[in-house]
Amino acid sequence: MVTVLLYLFGILAILSALGMVFHRNPVYSALFLVVTFFSLASIYALLGAQFLSIIQVMVYAGAIMVLFVFVIMLLNLRKEVRLPIGKPAQVIFGVIFGLLLFVEGLLIIKSGSISGTLGRYPQAKVNVIGNVEALGNLLFTKYLFPFELASIILLVGMIGAIILGRKKMPKEL
Amino acid sequence: MTQTGNIILDVVIIVIKIVIVLGVNLTIVAYLTLAERRVSAFMQDRLGPNRVGPAGLLQPIADGIKFFTKEEIIPAQSSKLIYLMAPSFVLFPAFLTYAVIPVGPTFSAWGYSFQMEIANLNIGILYILALTSFVVYGVVLAGWSSNSKYPLIGGLRSAAQMISYELPLGLSIIGVLMIVGSLRLSEIVNFQTHLLWGFLPRWNVVLQPLGFLIFLIAAFAESNRLPFDMAEAEPELVGGYHTEYGSMKFASFMLGEYAGMITSAALMTTLFFGGWDFPWVNESALGVWGILLAVIAFSLKTGFFLFLYLWVRWTLPRFRYDQLMRLGWKILLPLALVNIVVTAIVMAFLA
Amino acid sequence: MNVKNVKRVTIKPNIWDLLYIPAIIGGLSITFKHLFKKHITLEYPDEKWFPPPGYRGAIRLNRDELGREKCVACEMCATACPANAISMQGGAAPWDDREKYPIWYKIDMLRCILCGMCEEACPEEAIELTVIYDFADYTRESLIWDKERLLKNYDLTKDGNYYKRQLEENKKR
Repeated sequence: MVTVLLYLFGILAILSALGMVFHRNPVYSALFLVVTFFSLASIYALLGAQFLSIIQVMVYAGAIMVLFVFVIMLLNLRKEVRLPIGKPAQVIFGVIFGLLLFVEGLLIIKSGSISGTLGRYPQAKVNVIGNVEALGNLLFTKYLFPFELASIILLVGMIGAIILGRKKMPKEL
Repeated sequence: MTQTGNIILDVVIIVIKIVIVLGVNLTIVAYLTLAERRVSAFMQDRLGPNRVGPAGLLQPIADGIKFFTKEEIIPAQSSKLIYLMAPSFVLFPAFLTYAVIPVGPTFSAWGYSFQMEIANLNIGILYILALTSFVVYGVVLAGWSSNSKYPLIGGLRSAAQMISYELPLGLSIIGVLMIVGSLRLSEIVNFQTHLLWGFLPRWNVVLQPLGFLIFLIAAFAESNRLPFDMAEAEPELVGGYHTEYGSMKFASFMLGEYAGMITSAALMTTLFFGGWDFPWVNESALGVWGILLAVIAFSLKTGFFLFLYLWVRWTLPRFRYDQLMRLGWKILLPLALVNIVVTAIVMAFLA
Repeated sequence: MNVKNVKRVTIKPNIWDLLYIPAIIGGLSITFKHLFKKHITLEYPDEKWFPPPGYRGAIRLNRDELGREKCVACEMCATACPANAISMQGGAAPWDDREKYPIWYKIDMLRCILCGMCEEACPEEAIELTVIYDFADYTRESLIWDKERLLKNYDLTKDGNYYKRQLEENKKR
C-alpha cells in the first residue's frame, strides 16, 4: 500500500516537475511547481516524517510559491517566447552533463541502500517521542552550529534586501 | 487507535465521524450566512431576511436554489481551467481543517476508545496553518484568471495581506506551544482543563493574553473579514477577486470564507479558551453527560467567536492598505516576537 | 472666506488612546446595544405607511353631493400642468347647474410629476391629490387614467381610510 502510494506520488512529482519546465505560461509553471511540492510532502509523510512534510507545504507551497505567483502576476508576464537553440557546443555539453547526472543518480539507487549507521533517533524511537521532539533535539544539540549559521545567512540576506530596497536619501543622490 | 485491531471498525468509525463533522459544519456555514444578514440587520435596527420559512430560517435553502439555478458565466479571455479551479482552492482547505479539532475528551465505551476528532495528528496545529496558508492561492488565482483589472488588484492585495499576517498568526501561537509543549491539539486542550492557583481555569488566554490578541487580529486578517477585507473592498474594487464570478462558483467563495471563519473560531477556542473544557467540572468523570457538556461548551465558545466576527464587522471601518501593512509588520510582528521572548524568560525563571 | 481665521485643532492621542483597544470595546458595546433596540423596519406589504396630511400622491377627480363629477372642463389644470399630462374634451353639460362638463378626461400618470399644480389651479376644487402611493401597474396603457379611474380614486379615498381598509383585506387573506 505505502509502496504503491510512494510510486504514485513519485511519478506525480516527476510529471509536474516536467510540466513546470515545459509549460510556457509562467502562472501554470508555478502551479505545477506547487503540485511537485505537494507530492514531495506526501512522500515525506509516507516515510514517517510528518513534521517535514507539513513544513514543506507550509514554507514552500504556502509562502514561497505564493510570493512567486504574486511577482508573476505583478509583472504581468505573458507566455514565454521560444528562443532559437544556441551553439552546438552548448547543446552537446548540456546533454553530456545531464546524462552524467542521471547515470550518477541511477548508480546510487542501484547500489541498494544509502549506507550509514543509524543515529540516536531510529524510526521506532521517533514514533514514540514524535517527530517534532526528535527534530528539535537534534537541531539544538548536534546540529546547533549549522542551524545558527543558516539563521545568520538568512539575517544577512534580509539586511541586504532592506538596504537594496530602501529609498535613497536626498544627500546620496 | 487500534485497540481492537479491527481495521474495518476503525474505518467505519472514521467515515461516520467525517460525515457528522462535514454535515454539521456545512449546516453551520449555511446558517452563518443567514446569521450574518440577520445580526447585521439587528445591529442597524433593521429586520433582515425573515420571509422564507419561520423567522427566515429557510433562507439558506432559498439562496442555495438561487445559486444553483443561476447562469454560468465564464469571462472570455480568462484562463478557464484555473478560473474553474480557484473556488475549490478556497473551499477545500477550509473544510479539511476540521479534521484535527477536538470537540470533546477521549472516552471509552464497549472496550473501544473514541476520540472526538477525526485525526489526532501530533502536528495538528501545523496542519491547520499549512492548509489555511493555501487559501491564498484560491484568492490570487481567482483574481488573475478572471483577466480583469479589479479582481487582479484584489487578488494581489489579498496575497500581500495574507502573507503578511501569516507571520504574526504563526508567531502568536508559539507562546502557547512553548507552555504546553506539544503541537497536538488534544494535548493543548488537556493542558487547559486544569485549574490555575486552584480557582482560575488554566486557559491559555489567561497565560497568554497578548498572544491571544495578536492571534485574534491576525485571524481576522487571514479570513479576509472586515476590518481587513481589502481583497473585496466593494467601494474600491467592485467586489475584488470574485467580481467576475457568478452562480455556484461565487457561492463557493462565500462558503469558503464562512468555513474559514468557523475554523479560526474553533481554533481560538481550542488554543486559548480551553477547547471543550467547561471550567470547574471534570468531564471525563461524568461519562456520557460529561461528553455532552464538553461538546456544548465547545459549541458555545465557538459560537461566541463566530458572533464576534459579525459583531466586529459592523463596528469597525475598513483599514486603508498602508495602515493594514503597518499594523501587520510594524506592530503585530514585533509584539509577537516580544511575546515569545517574555514567555521564554518567565518559563526559564519558573522552571 | 478668510483662511487665516480657521483654527486648526490637533488632538494628540495619549498612550491609552494609542492602544485603540478601549476605543474598539466602546464601539463594540454601542453596536451590541443596537442589537436589542426597536427595529425601524416597516414590513411593507403587511404593514402600511400612512402618509402625513398634505401628501401628494395619485390624482383623483372629486364628485359633488349628487355623485356627479365636479369638473366643468375649464382646462385650467391642463394649462397649469408642467408635464402636459392632462388632456380632456369639454362638451355641453347634461345638467342645468353648469354649462360644460368633460366628455373624456385623461391623465397620463407616466408623465405626471405629482406636483399639485392642477389642484392649485382648479377653480371648482374638482381635482385633488390623494394619499395613494401604491399605483404601480404592469402596462403603460393602464397607467393612462381616464375619468372613471379618477372618480374611482375619489370613492376609494373620500373617507380617508384607504390604507386601513387595505390592512383589513390583508388580514382576511
